[in-house]
Amino acid sequence: MPGPNRFEKKANLMTKKTRTIKVDYLARVEGEGALYLKIQDDQVVDVKLKIFEPPRFFEAFLQGRDFREAPDITARICGICPVAYQMSAVHAIENGLGIRVEGPLRELRRLLYCGEWIESHVLHIYMLHAPDFLGYQDAIQMAKDHKEIVQRGLQMKKAGNDIVAFLGGREIHPVNVRVGGFYKVFSKKELSSLTDKLKWARDAAWDTVLWTSQLDFPDFDRDYEFISLSHPDEYPFNEGRLISNKGLNIEASEYEDHFEEEHVAHSNALHSVLKERGAYFVGPMARFNLNFDRLSPLARESAREVGLNGACTNPFKSIVVRSIEVLYAFDEALRIIETYEKPERPFIEVENKEAEGHAFTEAPRGMLYHRYKIDGDGKILEANIIPPTSQNQKTIENDLWHYVPDHLDLTQEELTWQCEQAIRNYDPCISCATHFLKLNVERV
Amino acid sequence: MAERSKPKVAVWKFASCDGCQLSLLDCEDELLAVAEEIQIANFPEASREVIEGPYDVSLVEGSVTTPHDRERIQMVRKSSKVLITIGACATAGGIQALRNFKDVKDFINTVYANPEFIDTLDQSTPIADHVKVDFELRGCPINKMQLVEVINAFLNSRKPNTPPHSTCIDCKLEGNVCVMVAQGTPCLGPVTHTGCGALCPTYNRGCYGCFGPKETPNTNSLSSWLKQSGANDDQMMRAFRGFNAWSEPFRKESESHD
Ligand code: SF4
Ligand code: SF4
Repeated sequence: MPGPNRFEKKANLMTKKTRTIKVDYLARVEGEGALYLKIQDDQVVDVKLKIFEPPRFFEAFLQGRDFREAPDITARICGICPVAYQMSAVHAIENGLGIRVEGPLRELRRLLYCGEWIESHVLHIYMLHAPDFLGYQDAIQMAKDHKEIVQRGLQMKKAGNDIVAFLGGREIHPVNVRVGGFYKVFSKKELSSLTDKLKWARDAAWDTVLWTSQLDFPDFDRDYEFISLSHPDEYPFNEGRLISNKGLNIEASEYEDHFEEEHVAHSNALHSVLKERGAYFVGPMARFNLNFDRLSPLARESAREVGLNGACTNPFKSIVVRSIEVLYAFDEALRIIETYEKPERPFIEVENKEAEGHAFTEAPRGMLYHRYKIDGDGKILEANIIPPTSQNQKTIENDLWHYVPDHLDLTQEELTWQCEQAIRNYDPCISCATHFLKLNVERV
Repeated sequence: MAERSKPKVAVWKFASCDGCQLSLLDCEDELLAVAEEIQIANFPEASREVIEGPYDVSLVEGSVTTPHDRERIQMVRKSSKVLITIGACATAGGIQALRNFKDVKDFINTVYANPEFIDTLDQSTPIADHVKVDFELRGCPINKMQLVEVINAFLNSRKPNTPPHSTCIDCKLEGNVCVMVAQGTPCLGPVTHTGCGALCPTYNRGCYGCFGPKETPNTNSLSSWLKQSGANDDQMMRAFRGFNAWSEPFRKESESHD
């Protein structure tokens, strides 16, 4: 195990030479990626977050499918955040068809999203990210020394999964979401069966905030452009305008005017950039910084308790921010269940019509944009999907450009590990990032 | 037990959504106990550690879609005593096998960036098309309890207890009202392999076949039923062309409506 603070700078033993940091298969991220970083003397001269996950071409085969199939098909882009794909898909299509899902159905969608944020965030906090801070290869080895902590994480994750499995039928690729609402809705009594476990988990989430805040963090603050949805009355899940701390303020239909995707040689995922200002940052830290006052009082209190008041600019601390969002999601889930009344019908009827619709929602890892063009028979003519990781990719590389020069005194093993950790700050989901269309075909 | 004597289990990813391997981490109650019994030797989604093969059991997720992966699966097979494929991607090519039905030119025409950066095959194929597979676990995603059962069975050298009947039978066992008879909702339950406990009908919708075809499915008779209740060819084609589109029975049936 590393010493008390593994980020502390050591005596400068640096000698002038060329060094490369290579990680051929990034672990503890979803999907297949690699890192290549080249240092000459004391300068970083190349950083590549390589994404070699094979593309699966979702946008291509969505063409010709009925719009009602989009939530189930797009869910398969990512097994970690299928609900996010289902939510962005239904909202984009409903936007096109001109229908709004309100009241208890809207609340149930928020509840489902709470479940996904919890299971995805807790997976990352406890199983993918914490082992970096504590110097373990994985959570199972960590459990040998910190069994209770790992057990707590697993049970919190399970509580999130329970929400998704209850509402959606199963944790991964839930079957209950449809355009217009749900296939099946539940009585208040049925939903309340979740309450006891969620209350336990909310307390455990509070402890998680305190626990993560005591980890060691390197000094590493940068001036980022944070981008997230923002809603006047609530912490954002499914609705809101897209805003940033540098003046962006748009609705979903304006998205493609402001962002563009770059295709670079080393990545099977497109880099998404702001046309005007380039790299930006989406995900928990962006949401937190831009919507702090709309967290629940309990979540805000936990943030203040650990010295964060809605201005966190150190991505290594994203683990704390994720924990605060987990606490919020448990709190919000309990609020929804408490105030829930069973809707009269599980869904609003939808009819075929020619339409174009856009939506972004907040996936656990950040904003997820969908656009669909539909013909009069309900067939999808065109689909466009921009997941969070393609948006953060450039920012991740930029972090490494900045982080590495100050840490050249580390051994190769330590520096490599810290670079990996810097990547994992973003909980990158590489499966999501490479769903896209462009390809070079070799015949089998 | 000493580390050395524990069976080595590896998890491999090919083209997929990661959902099936995530099922392993979703076994929150069993995970630490399972980890006591086995050595997780290669599972990049969960661990930085890579222990060299050979492996006692390899779980393979995903389909083969690139020249590189076509080579890699051979290496996986060589280093594994038992190779188990998990999920519709690995057992049937997955949703990404929808490319197999299109003229690849359709895709190329939509290319606008730098296609030379990407290598891909024109088909997405199941693992069993490339190497010998010892056991196939169905589902998109797999059922995690079935996964635990299968791992257990192989580690104890017994046959996994995973029944082969249809989802339709599950519905009868669950006491569900039939969605086809009662609501006229199209349902692939009669031709779909069991494994989910008839989840979709329990949630008031028809089965869309995510566990793939059961043994000797009568897809033809289901199509006649669908036709009688008003489905057109395009709808029938799409019904069979989903997450298991490239499995032989579903492929043939969808092609007969294409
Ligand atoms: S079978 Fe389905 S759940 Fe499993 S990896 Fe493939 S797409 Fe994901
Ligand atoms: S009912 Fe059919 S589509 Fe639904 S989960 Fe089961 S096998 Fe999959």
